[in-house]
Amino acid sequence: MSRSTERQVGEFDPSRQWRLDPQVALRDEEFGALAYHYGTRRLVFLKSRDLVEIVRKLATAPSATDAVAAVVSGEQQATYEAALSRLAISEIISAA
Amino acid sequence: MPLENIPLRDRFKLGLQAPICMTWELTYACNLACIHCLSSSGRRDPRELSTDEAKAVIDEMAALKIFYVNIGGGEPLIRSDFFELVDYAVAKGVGVKFSTNGTRLDADKAARLAGSDYIDIQISLDGADAATNDAIRGPGSYETALRAMDNLKAANFGPFKISVVMTRQNIPQIAQFEEIAHRYGAQLRLTRLRPSGRGVDTWDDLHPTTEQQRELYRWLFDRPHVLTGDSFFHLSALGDPLEGLNLCGAGRVVCLIDPVGDVYACPFVIHEDFLAGNVRDEGGFTKVWRESDLFLSLREPSSAGACASCGSYDACQGGCMAAKFFTGIPLDGPDPECVFGHGEEAIKKVAIALRPGPSVDHSARTPVALAARQ
Repeated sequence: MSRSTERQVGEFDPSRQWRLDPQVALRDEEFGALAYHYGTRRLVFLKSRDLVEIVRKLATAPSATDAVAAVVSGEQQATYEAALSRLAISEIISAA
Repeated sequence: MPLENIPLRDRFKLGLQAPICMTWELTYACNLACIHCLSSSGRRDPRELSTDEAKAVIDEMAALKIFYVNIGGGEPLIRSDFFELVDYAVAKGVGVKFSTNGTRLDADKAARLAGSDYIDIQISLDGADAATNDAIRGPGSYETALRAMDNLKAANFGPFKISVVMTRQNIPQIAQFEEIAHRYGAQLRLTRLRPSGRGVDTWDDLHPTTEQQRELYRWLFDRPHVLTGDSFFHLSALGDPLEGLNLCGAGRVVCLIDPVGDVYACPFVIHEDFLAGNVRDEGGFTKVWRESDLFLSLREPSSAGACASCGSYDACQGGCMAAKFFTGIPLDGPDPECVFGHGEEAIKKVAIALRPGPSVDHSARTPVALAARQ
């Protein structure tokens, strides 16, 4: 793992712009989506449709916080930011 | 209840838009004759898919967003269009993981394969030394596998996988397998022996003992990085669950396309009872996956049957359908290797002669060595 990746993994900053990692493919399922990273060869489950929608909005939203706010409100926002930080750790999303 | 509140495992039981683990045996031809071969491979079948038909299957996989396909056989590198099909799949965004005995994986091929993130290789090795391995895979097969691994290492392929089917004979060598993997910078992948294919005749002598199963569970539990293809979920009855989905994925998240295009519920049930359709049928693979009577019935809620009164059913889910089927145990009965011994009891009630044999057999025809019979 490169140094720069380690830094990104350690510091999920929701005020930055994020995106679906270019090496990741998404497949919609009723429960949410499957995400597969061709580099790490890991399969990750996105366990809600709202999370999938947020992930899809990342690349066009100015920040991860904005992408979350566009889909869910109130207490849910912290839950979904935490979900995004886990996706950052597994490299499904990366800093834009 | 919103969808996200249903446990994921229960969602998976209802099936997915497309499989997660898609296995495709490209040919029944093989230069080896492993005594546990789950597809009874040896001779090519004249009805095997043509290059164009195979490409049409890849087109479907791409449309279904199947991220990667597990290619096996037989020995897939025997197909003369192997690289053409791999290149075609990768160009369509379908990654390829393929299993090989390594015979044809020379330095040139290793170098050719090393360039792509979309290609992953599993070298089959069933013993940490030549004697143990060759007793299962045939004379010279240990050297052949190690030569292929040398070639991959020299080509800087990266972390390929060493795939071991766990047996009574090789479980004592588990630390040596770890060492071999370490030496090659490879990842260890340990999978469960099934009584399928030629394994029908050898499972009794090869499958691990109860004590070995306990050792294996503890060993795997301490090493979540060791890959298992989710194949030891029956061991989760021993305590906390192992890594993975811990369910029988047959027809739900898993399926097999065989060399002639037949679609089976999983790689371990190449038998007419588990044949869902053929990719050459109208509607192709997609229709078989989404609409076949067999797959729809496998996605129905299943009863715990004979295991209903066992407190561990939730952990082991009654075990492996294929293992039960080929040992003659009812599908709602215990796994033959149930960690509490219920399977051994169930097997005793089935005469060996009544176990269902494979309904498809491509074993090489060898002259019967009458002189060798005692």
